[in-house]
Amino acid sequence: MPGSLSKDAITIILVTAILTWVMPLIISTYTLTVLIVYGMLGLSLGLIWGFGGILCFGQAAFFGLGAYTYAIAAINIGESTVPMILAVLVPAVFAALLGAMMFYGRLTDVYLGVITLVVTLILFKFINSTAGPQYVIGDARLGGFNGIPGFQTLNIPGRPDDYIWGDSYFYVCAILLALVFFLVSALLRSSFGRVAVGIRENETRISLMGYDVRARKTVLFAAGAAIAGLAGALFANWSEIVTPSLFSLGQSAEIIIWCIVGGLGTRFGPVLGAAGLAYLKFLLGQQTMIDNTLITGLILVLFVLFLPRGIVPALASLWKVSFGRRPLGRIPQHRRMRNRERING
Amino acid sequence: MDLTVIILVEMLYAVASLILISAGLAVVFGMMKVINLAHGEFMMMGGYATITAVNLGVNIFLAMLVIAPIIVGLIGLVVERLVIRHLYGRLVDTMLATWGLSLFFIGLATMIFGNTTTGISTPIPGFAIGNYQINGYNFFIIVVAVLLLVGMLTILKSTRAGLIARGAMQRSDMAAALGYSPDRIYMATFFCGSALSGLAGAVLAPLVGLVPTSGGAYIAKAFITVIAGGPSLIAGLFSSAGFFGIVNQVFTFAISPVIGEVALLLAAVVLLRLLPQGITTKFFKGKL
Repeated sequence: MPGSLSKDAITIILVTAILTWVMPLIISTYTLTVLIVYGMLGLSLGLIWGFGGILCFGQAAFFGLGAYTYAIAAINIGESTVPMILAVLVPAVFAALLGAMMFYGRLTDVYLGVITLVVTLILFKFINSTAGPQYVIGDARLGGFNGIPGFQTLNIPGRPDDYIWGDSYFYVCAILLALVFFLVSALLRSSFGRVAVGIRENETRISLMGYDVRARKTVLFAAGAAIAGLAGALFANWSEIVTPSLFSLGQSAEIIIWCIVGGLGTRFGPVLGAAGLAYLKFLLGQQTMIDNTLITGLILVLFVLFLPRGIVPALASLWKVSFGRRPLGRIPQHRRMRNRERING
Repeated sequence: MDLTVIILVEMLYAVASLILISAGLAVVFGMMKVINLAHGEFMMMGGYATITAVNLGVNIFLAMLVIAPIIVGLIGLVVERLVIRHLYGRLVDTMLATWGLSLFFIGLATMIFGNTTTGISTPIPGFAIGNYQINGYNFFIIVVAVLLLVGMLTILKSTRAGLIARGAMQRSDMAAALGYSPDRIYMATFFCGSALSGLAGAVLAPLVGLVPTSGGAYIAKAFITVIAGGPSLIAGLFSSAGFFGIVNQVFTFAISPVIGEVALLLAAVVLLRLLPQGITTKFFKGKL
């Protein structure tokens, strides 16, 4: 990653300022808020999958857990500051336990995917079956399939009657996304982040160099879950109801699609993929001719086949080819090599 | 006494339906190492093929056992030629592409059949054992599952086609050197896997209300059964389906169906933690 952290900070502030100024002129802030929340969710998987190489099929589990934690705590406490903190901590702790179980058992790729998938399903099935009055946490009824409506939404810390909603909630979400983006950048620039990328590239080599791969993967996994939990809490505040569909496999699938389309191994790709595809889905939802799911599926298949690295890396390399400094005549040779590989392989 | 018989039949039925659900995926994933997340949708399409055929006046057994597998197998063939063929050996990419396919098929089914529940009645009447009523169709599923296992074993073990397929999966370059086309063999194997998924969906169709999203209910179960089974195709399928089916039914009868499902999933997590490469790396080693 070229440049320095302070340069990153300036870029983030500038981009955030421009986008929060321009975008509300095009799209309503209500829609933009949820796009930002999805962007944060995409970033959480982009961090652990794109930089840590951990393919988690159950990122929706942490998203839903954050939303449910917020809703339950908000009903019991009646003020939103502590619930927001809890909504970050609970998924992080849950992910740390789950991650420790998986990584200390040295499970990899497919098996990791299956376990995270199964855990999401367990949560989904369990929450779905909690319709009865006996399922109560404090004052909050879990409500089964109907979810939990009517909890305290975000307020100014310490003043439960001053709600943050509408346009100001949009700005809060935008600033939080910028902050999370900055923290992710800082994490990736630290030695922890560089070792994480090393683990993605070659796990054996890093562990032979004396790093504790299992502990580092667990911590990274928990950090991703914390971001997803924050996104969940913000989503709960936006929709003002939490339902079991937050845990559904479709939700998990969508997060993975965002990352693939946006571009793995970049910080900006998953955010862009999430916001872009969510907006596309919003637009498609307004027509009834072609089914929405069909198009989502088609996009995923086409991207895997023709643009497996995603939009942002493809644009970046296009930029490099067009404007970057390079000795002439190199690129065609590379291309020939790649073609030959494809024929042989 | 009557209750014991009922519980036994229910357990056999649970094991049999797990075998049915997982057989197609076992061929596609276990042999070809293609993670087919559209497996559930192949089953869903098998169900719709059956219902459509029955509504057109075809005999239900003909529709379930012949028409549905062929139709779904052909769909699988098209999918293999268009998408999967380009992705062999890229585990994560096949997984993502087939996930996309699964969404695509859900959307397609929604557009064609609408987002409503359809179904047909079971062709075999129930009967009473003592004070309990039992579904006669359960026996049919058990019989189909047994025939399926025996059939797969026979084809893979004692026919030339099975031998060639197994050889090509192990060393495709060697198979090519001996004059067989791995491309064709992969295509045929994927056809068989999809046809098995279609058969499973068709046979289970009378028991469930079919909606375009019903595939999702099967995929996780099929997935964990095949992965927990491990490298041996038939022994793995049989042992893990047996284990999960029994766990599921014990908890269903002891507590409730939801807890039964959760217990199955928890058992899968624990099993994968203890035997991450599957049951057949420890037991039944080297069997088919």
